[in-house]
Amino acid sequence: MNWIADFVRPKIKKTTSKEIADNLWTKCPECGQMLFSKELEKDFYICSFCGHHLRLPLKNRFEMLFDEGKYKNLALPKLVDDPLSFKDSKKYSDRLKSYRRLTKNDDAVLVACGNIGKIKTVVAALDFTFMGGSMGTAVGEGIVKAAEFATKTSAPLVIISASGGARMQEGILSLMQMARTTAAINMLKEKNLPYISVLTDPTTGGVSASFAMLGDIHMAEKGCIIGFAGARVIEQTIRETLPEGFQKAEYLQKHGMVDIVFERTELKDKLVKVLRLLLNKKD
Amino acid sequence: MENNEIITLEFEKTIAEVEEKIKRLKQVEAGEGINIGAEVTRLQQKSERLLKQIYTKLTPWQKSQVARHPNRPHCLDYINVLFEDFEHLCGDRAFADDFAMVGGIGRFRGQSVVVIGQEKGNDLESRVKYNFGMAKPEGYRKAQRLMDLANKFSLPVIAFVDTSGAFPGVDAEERGQAQAIASSIEKCLNLKVPFISVIIGEGGSGGAIAIATANRILMLEHSIYSVISPEGCASILWRSAEKVKEATEALCLTAQDLRRLGTIDEIIAEPIGGAQRNHKETILRVGDVIARHLKELSVHTGDELKKRRTDKFLKMGRHLAKPE
Repeated sequence: MNWIADFVRPKIKKTTSKEIADNLWTKCPECGQMLFSKELEKDFYICSFCGHHLRLPLKNRFEMLFDEGKYKNLALPKLVDDPLSFKDSKKYSDRLKSYRRLTKNDDAVLVACGNIGKIKTVVAALDFTFMGGSMGTAVGEGIVKAAEFATKTSAPLVIISASGGARMQEGILSLMQMARTTAAINMLKEKNLPYISVLTDPTTGGVSASFAMLGDIHMAEKGCIIGFAGARVIEQTIRETLPEGFQKAEYLQKHGMVDIVFERTELKDKLVKVLRLLLNKKD
Repeated sequence: MENNEIITLEFEKTIAEVEEKIKRLKQVEAGEGINIGAEVTRLQQKSERLLKQIYTKLTPWQKSQVARHPNRPHCLDYINVLFEDFEHLCGDRAFADDFAMVGGIGRFRGQSVVVIGQEKGNDLESRVKYNFGMAKPEGYRKAQRLMDLANKFSLPVIAFVDTSGAFPGVDAEERGQAQAIASSIEKCLNLKVPFISVIIGEGGSGGAIAIATANRILMLEHSIYSVISPEGCASILWRSAEKVKEATEALCLTAQDLRRLGTIDEIIAEPIGGAQRNHKETILRVGDVIARHLKELSVHTGDELKKRRTDKFLKMGRHLAKPE
């Protein structure tokens, strides 16, 4: 072996593994077209063929919303991991570890603050990639901290939901988060501070049945699933096929549960408009 | 409810055998005119001993079966015994009257109160009528309307929780099941009157907490309260309905688990052999405990009651953290 072997080989290896890790191509779940991942990110994870909105990483969402993409993450206090010592086929504590490695986040929530259309705003967002965005005590803590910070700084609160519901692995404590997050939202309501609930794919179960459905204004990303019970459970209960477009954002709007259905690229402008109107502010 | 009408659970077979013997001996005694009283007494003592043995060591899965026992006293049984001058109030003023959510005004030991609760029904006909205790959005909106009434006239609210969960159906989704539950929780938190919830059987997920975000949460000894049904949890996490026992244990859903986790305030002891064997005694015990908590809460102002309730739920999760 000489210096060329040593020098060249690692370089080739490096590029291939990096490309695989980056998932060069992503398949659109709606139309099945293969999308070049780098392009997809530039397109805000919207399919360039059919316009389907794929899931948007929180970092990209924050960059889209905050002025000049600038924001600060709020530190969240650490609570007890795995309070029930829950174990199914795998230990909950091990699941937490692997999701933490995968998402580089402690749990399924991030809280950020910064300016949105020059209005200082607190944004909490749920991360579906972390255990389906499920709400346990840590997510509850994130929502409470966000509400406390918004109340303290007299800022509006925006919560972007993406969650399958309560986190079963924390049992009754996760159910209690429904009441806890509702109490948190009440803090803003009592101060007449705006709370905008942004519903993205999916917002179901204990999250939709608590803070996500208690906004002053409900904004839903087009095509996203919103509901209380899962479609499969409903099908099994009533033994009928479900209506066309059932539990989609547009269906919820038709039935009076959502104010605004938006395209991802419109969210910031709509949010700025709504906040300015509610606060009676001109630019 | 007479003992011999009670449906036997799978783990109660030994008791059922003894009870069957007692029944037969009594028939013989009546027919032949002979005295076998001593034997009957011995068997009755044995039956009681067995009941005590079994019921002090129920597994979480067995407790779930007792909590859902069809012969347990249900919401209307409590209302009939504990409240004088009870008047059923109907409807959500928007869509319909949901029978699954019972509600009304009545007098509890001299004090006017608002009562809400889920009713499961006692036989096939009534179970269908009450939709097996699974309320729809109009049920949760009815509960909210009654909570408003309580606030307006400064009447304490007493809730009886007994549901496998909110109804999962197309119509319920269309009318906003999620929103109805969410705003019911919000209404609970905003009450400026004493609010006591009793889990009398099954506290199923969002459908239960919608009327259980209370100042005091009480649970009967063999009742359960959970984020998801054991069956649902087994099929999602274990991908097998057969793992229901494991799921029940993992979920920590018994009254004893919940007390340990600091999410409920008191466990109400059931008569030996469970509430299904002695309705009268169970209901009176529940009444006494409610009365005690109501008395304790009555010293606070409306604003204090609201603040205490809010603070209690804001801490749920933080309360387990070790002080640093």
